[in-house]
Amino acid sequence: MAKRINAALIGSGNIGTDLMMKALRSAEINPVWMVGIDPASDGLAQARAHGLKTTTAGVDGLLPHLAADDIRIAFDATSAYVHHENARKMREVGVVMIDLTPAAIGPFCVPPVNLAEHAGRREMNVNMVTCGGQATIPMVAAVSRVQAVDYAEIVATVASRSAGPGTRKNIDEFTRTTAHGIESVGGARRGKAIIILNPAEPPLIMRDTVHCLTATTPNQQAITDSVKKMIAEVQRYVPGYTLKNGPVFDGNRVLIYLEVEGLGDYLPKYAGNLDIMTAAALRTAEMLAPEIAAGAYEQTTPQSGARS
Amino acid sequence: MSARKIVLHDMCLRDGMHPKRHQITLEQMQSIARGLDEAGVPLIEVTHGDGLGGASVNYGFPLHTDEEYLRAVIGTVKRAKISALLLPGIGTVEHLRLAKDLGVATIRVATHCTEADVSEQHISLARKLGLDTVGFLMMAHMLEPAKLVEQALLMESYGANCIYCTDSAGYMLPDDVKARISMLRERLQPGTEIGFHGHHNLAMGIANSLAAVECGAVRIDGSAAGLGAGAGNTPLEVFNAVCHRMGIDTGVDVMRLADVAEELVTPIMDEPIRIDRDSLVLGYAGVYSSFLLFAKRAAAKYGVGSADILIEMGRMKTVGGQEDMIEDVAINMARNKQ
Repeated sequence: MAKRINAALIGSGNIGTDLMMKALRSAEINPVWMVGIDPASDGLAQARAHGLKTTTAGVDGLLPHLAADDIRIAFDATSAYVHHENARKMREVGVVMIDLTPAAIGPFCVPPVNLAEHAGRREMNVNMVTCGGQATIPMVAAVSRVQAVDYAEIVATVASRSAGPGTRKNIDEFTRTTAHGIESVGGARRGKAIIILNPAEPPLIMRDTVHCLTATTPNQQAITDSVKKMIAEVQRYVPGYTLKNGPVFDGNRVLIYLEVEGLGDYLPKYAGNLDIMTAAALRTAEMLAPEIAAGAYEQTTPQSGARS
Repeated sequence: MSARKIVLHDMCLRDGMHPKRHQITLEQMQSIARGLDEAGVPLIEVTHGDGLGGASVNYGFPLHTDEEYLRAVIGTVKRAKISALLLPGIGTVEHLRLAKDLGVATIRVATHCTEADVSEQHISLARKLGLDTVGFLMMAHMLEPAKLVEQALLMESYGANCIYCTDSAGYMLPDDVKARISMLRERLQPGTEIGFHGHHNLAMGIANSLAAVECGAVRIDGSAAGLGAGAGNTPLEVFNAVCHRMGIDTGVDVMRLADVAEELVTPIMDEPIRIDRDSLVLGYAGVYSSFLLFAKRAAAKYGVGSADILIEMGRMKTVGGQEDMIEDVAINMARNKQ
């Protein structure tokens, strides 16, 4: 058995706290620190209650303890704006960064699509795209594996309560980053993303609609099989990931209707958008953990610097 | 009310894109814009029905790009200013910069009435670029007046110099409009203008717009011949005539605008803009007006009732932009029928 890799959670908001709850169950990741800036944060209180060390001094409060606590991996659940600085500081000390912000400094990781590709690459920064990206890129990939997709467009509808201030302040980053992920990971020639916030009470469970325009007449059976297989893959880490309708075929258009219900660890179940991010981030870290434990990431700083 | 001066803002080349499935030609846009300009309409909106960047499978691909439409119209009008709509989550600041570079004078940043804080980056940039910057609170019937004011104050704090109460569903009655506009007028800074955007699903377009003017609104949206989503917008030529009768100064020529509606806009309609059963349901159940044609198409495809789809969309408390749910609802209804 590989030993658990010590990890720090940067950001004590909803995502950081939900990720901590999931990491506490992990066989590969051991959450040791949670970093916040707000002493009144419920996330930090939860972290302390679960035996984590905490700081309210941001990443600078963590830096002096990295070596002593043997922190090898950090999750950033702050904001794209803050992430740039956090990423630089962690790279300097050789801590692998799993980025849950839309900063997209490092390569995208959507576990059921390209997690295996990240193995052995010794990347110091891996980006989790966006919640809408995690929910929909697997479906775009499921179609593009069968045949060429000229254009893929996703509509992510999330409960207002599940969209935090970071998302709201820079909603363009969601549309931009998701669209890039649809292209570079999903395999569509062109991608577009739309996000809708719905304030209904009780809050609605995340819904995602995926539209793909295939280059040639869609192979209905092959696409349907590929989509169902991919649904099962995502369900391995997000059990509430459900195909509600489709694939519907309309000329060269393929429509897939999804619902994403979370596990309800720290966030309510309707916030499947946040759950799929934290679950995907943890899954990514768990895949990298054995390599980190084996020392593959020692002295990789110049390489990662050259890439970015 | 007699000394009032208001700005009429025409919607037929933006909201009117919905009933035209975004297929208005450049020539049609130019001839209508020229007519509106010559009639004295000071502000004309031109964009995909769902705003800048709305071109999509979900909302429909337009005949031309935003850039082509804006370029064509801006090069045509002499006096009128051109506005563009932007819905954060669909359009981005890149679209906003493009619109500014093309010569758009007014940017209207639209959010669902409870979600004003997603507009900060767009409103603040528009203001910084020196644009007339409008915060456009959609589906405003879904939020009580005091809460609507809180959202309006956010948009004002980001830099909006005008705030709209937008009746996207054509659900409001004049008292609903009065309550909202009065409170906005009372709580926003005196220099911030108030506007009202109506839909005619319950035939309240004119009455609601008058109620808004009475309570302090100085910008009123309407559409020549009513060309707009659902049963259309407030018919602008009718509202203009009513204003003239009431001594409200719009600066727009009554007969010239009536000519534009009759001779240029009505002939391009695919279907008459009227309160059919589905549009009535939109207004009665408080459903986003642009859902109309999507519901009709899904109903025909899956053999279910279009009014039933719209009622279900209302029951689900869907908001503007959730067109994707219409086919999903129709599929479920067809399955449950079996």
